[in-house]
Amino acid sequence: MSNELKKPGRIIRAPENFIDASLSQAISKDGLNETRRDFLRKSFVAASAVVAGGAALTKSAMAATFEGDPLILNHTEYDQTLGLPVAANPYGVPSKYETNLVRRESPGLTQVGGASVAFSPLQGLFGIITPSGLHFERHHQGWQDMDPTKHRLMVMGMVKNPKVYTIDDIMRLPSVSRMHFIECGANTATEWGNVAVPTVQYTHGMISCSEFTGVPLSVLLDDCGFDKKNGKFVLAEGADGSGMTRTISMENALDDVIVAYGMNGEMLRPENGYPLRLVVPGVQGVSSVKWLRRIEVGDKPFDAKDEVSHYVDLLPGGMTRQFTSVQESKSVITTPSGGQVLIGKGFYNITGLAWTGRGKIKRVDVSTDGGRTWRTARLETPVLSKALTRFNIDWVWDGSPAILQSRAIDDTGYVQPKINQLRAVRGTKSIYHNNAIQSWRVADFGEVTNVQVN
Amino acid sequence: MYKLTKVFIIISLSALGLASTAHAFTGIGRTATEKEISAWDIDVRADFKGIPKGSGSVAQGNLIWDTKCASCHGTFGESMEVFGPIVGGTTKEDMKAGHVLALADGSEPKRSTLMKVSSLSTIWDYINRAMPWNAPKTLTTDEVYAVVAYILNMGDILPSNFVLTEKNIAEVQKTMPNRNGMTKDHGMWKTKGKGDTNNIACMKDCIKKVEFTSVLPDYACDAHGVIAEQNRHFGAVRGEDKLLACDTHPNIEELNTAYNTPYKSDGNGTKLAVSFAMTKPASVAPVITETSGLEMLKQNKCTACHGMAKKIIGPGFADVSAKYKNDPGAEAHLIGVVTNGGSGVWDGTMPPHGHLKAAHIKSMVQSILAISK
Repeated sequence: MSNELKKPGRIIRAPENFIDASLSQAISKDGLNETRRDFLRKSFVAASAVVAGGAALTKSAMAATFEGDPLILNHTEYDQTLGLPVAANPYGVPSKYETNLVRRESPGLTQVGGASVAFSPLQGLFGIITPSGLHFERHHQGWQDMDPTKHRLMVMGMVKNPKVYTIDDIMRLPSVSRMHFIECGANTATEWGNVAVPTVQYTHGMISCSEFTGVPLSVLLDDCGFDKKNGKFVLAEGADGSGMTRTISMENALDDVIVAYGMNGEMLRPENGYPLRLVVPGVQGVSSVKWLRRIEVGDKPFDAKDEVSHYVDLLPGGMTRQFTSVQESKSVITTPSGGQVLIGKGFYNITGLAWTGRGKIKRVDVSTDGGRTWRTARLETPVLSKALTRFNIDWVWDGSPAILQSRAIDDTGYVQPKINQLRAVRGTKSIYHNNAIQSWRVADFGEVTNVQVN
Repeated sequence: MYKLTKVFIIISLSALGLASTAHAFTGIGRTATEKEISAWDIDVRADFKGIPKGSGSVAQGNLIWDTKCASCHGTFGESMEVFGPIVGGTTKEDMKAGHVLALADGSEPKRSTLMKVSSLSTIWDYINRAMPWNAPKTLTTDEVYAVVAYILNMGDILPSNFVLTEKNIAEVQKTMPNRNGMTKDHGMWKTKGKGDTNNIACMKDCIKKVEFTSVLPDYACDAHGVIAEQNRHFGAVRGEDKLLACDTHPNIEELNTAYNTPYKSDGNGTKLAVSFAMTKPASVAPVITETSGLEMLKQNKCTACHGMAKKIIGPGFADVSAKYKNDPGAEAHLIGVVTNGGSGVWDGTMPPHGHLKAAHIKSMVQSILAISK
C-alpha cells in the first residue's frame, strides 16, 4: 500500500463552494497543509463577506475551471491491480479505515480495569444489532475465556431433581433465537446531577443489542421439576471470580429468560460470558449473569451484593429502592450527537435508538428546537419486544442554533421523562436507571455538545 | 409468556399420561450429587439461610484485614483509592433507628458499604464468594466470620472483643445501621409495573422557552481524548478535534438568550460568544495499521508452498532469510524472483507473481529478510 494512503486528505466542513476548484483538488490530492489551511481561513472570510453582501459565487464561474474530480477522471490503485484471494482473513476483520469506532473506557470512572466498563461506540453504529466485538463490557472481577468442555450448569434448590448440564447437554436442547438489548442499570448514570461526559458513547454506550440463541430457562426449570407452588425466585450465579449473583423473579424466569450460548450467529464472545450466560430481557444488564454456572430456585429474594449495596436507587429522604430491575422506555439520538460537528448546512438524517424493558416501542418523537415542537420519527423494522428500535427523521439544518431531543413512547403508553421530571421523583443520587430525554445543542457553527435543558 | 413450557406439559401429559415433565429430554443432563450441590451452593440469604457454621473474632479479622484487605480498602476500611469506602458515615443513632441519616442529608457524599447495606448476610456472602479481589474464594469460613467482625468493629457496630458466629449473626443484624433503609415499593421490579414519572407527548408549543440547566463542565472537556479520533473521518458528521464550546465557555445566561432569540443568518440575531467562522478542519484521519509483511505471506497463500521455518515445496522463509543475511542486494534480488519467478538456487521453480502489488511484494520480502536480522 502506498504511503500517501496513510494520510487521506482531511475533509473540511464549510459553506458550500467557498473555495475554488483548484484549491479543492489540491486538498483532495495532497491533504491540508498549513499554507492551504491559512488560505482556507482567508477564503472563508471572503466567502462569508460575499454571502453577507447578498451575492454568491456563481456555478458558472466554478464550471470554467473545474474539469472534474481526479478520483473520477483517473484510474486508481484499486481498479488497476489484482485484489487479495478468498480466505486471506479466515475470520474477517473490519477495514483498516475503521479503527476509530471501538469500545472505550471513560477515564476516571473506575480505578480498576477488572471492575469497570467499556462503552459501545453508538455514535457510529447502524441499525439495531451491535457488532459482537463492540458490545459494551461490564465486568465485576475481570473476564475469563472459559474452556467450554469444562463448563457446567447446575439447576438446584426447590426442584425435584437437581441436575448438572454440560454445554453438550444445553446445545442438544430445543433452542430459541431472539433479539434483545442488554443495558447496564447504570447507563447514563454520570448525567444525574449535571452534564459530565461529552459524547453518546459515554452517556449511553452501556447498551447493546444482539440476537441471542439458547434454551429458555423455563425448559431447564421444567426439566428439573421446579416447585411451581413455592418457587418464587431464582438465583443466577456466574463462574467468574465475582461469582456474580442476581435474583430473578419466577415470573420473569418463566416468561422470556434465555440460557444463551449463541450471539449474532456465533458463540458468545468471552467478554460477554462465553460459553454460557443468562439473558434477562428488559431487565438491567447485571441480571444477565455471564459465565452462568448455577440456577437455584428459592422462595425469597437472595439479597446478593449487587441487589443490596449496588444496583439500588437512593431516593431523596434517604430510602433506597431495591430490585429496580426494569429498564424503562428510553431513546437517544446517535447522529448528530455530542462531540460531533455538522459538515455544512442542508439535509441531515437524524438517527437514533429507542428501547423499553416493558415491551415494544410504539413511537419516537424528535424535537430540533429544545422541546418546543416535536415531530414523529420513522421507526425502522423490525420493532421487537425488549430490543433496540432504530428511528430516523429528516432534518434540514439552516445553520441556526438547534437543540436535538428524542422522546420514546412504549406500548404501555409510558412517555420517556425529562431529566427534571426524573429528578423531581428520584433526586440526583440514585445512580441507576436514568432514562431521561437527552439534549444535544447544535451551535450555529455546527458543533454538537451535550447539554441539559428544561 | 414462553409457550414451550406449556407445550411440553401437554406433550408429556398426552404421551406419558403423567403430570411430570422430567422425562421429556431423555439422555440430557444428570442428577447432581449432594457433594456437588454443597460445593457450589454457597449463597447466604438475608435470613441467613445457607450460612455455614463457624466463628471469627475481631482480633483475627484485624490480622487478616491488614495482610489481605487493607492494600485496597485502607487500614480503616475508609479508602476510596481503589474501591468505594467500606466503613464510615454511620452513627449509634443510625444503629438504633435502622436508617442512616447521612443518606438522607447527603452529609457523606461517598456512601460506604456500612451506610448502604440493609442485610449483614450480603457482606458475609460477598466476602466469601469474591474476596480478596485477586484471590476470590480463598478465605476459610472462620476467616470470613473474622473479617466481617472486624469490619463491623471498624464501623463501631461490634466491640473489639466480639466473636462472630453463625449463632449470633442474626442478633448482630438487628443493629445494622441501614437495616430499615430499603423499599421494594416501586414499579420497577415487575415488567408490568408502573413508572414513577408522567411525561406527556406534547407536540406543539410545549414549552415557552428553552432553559439551559447544565453544560459540559471544564473538567470534562479534555478528559475523553480527541473526539475526532472516536468518529469516522467520513460520513454525515465528524468528531471535533477540540470542543470549541469548551474554549469559549458560553455561560448558561448567554445560551438562554441565544436559544430564545429568533436566529438571523447575518448573525445579528444571536449574541453567542461561541459563534465564529468555520475555519478549522473537522476530521482527523484514523491511524491506519498496514497489514504486516508476515500477515501478507499468509493472505497471499505464499505459506501454501513455503513454511515459515521449513521447506514445504519451496524453501522455508527462515532458510531464505539465513541464506541472504548480510547481502545488501538481497531485497532487490528477491523482489525480482517473486515478481518474475526464478530457479536454480533452491530445488524446483518459483513461479512469477507479478500480479501482486509491488508494494506488497516489497513488504513481504522485507519481512522474510528480517527473520535473520
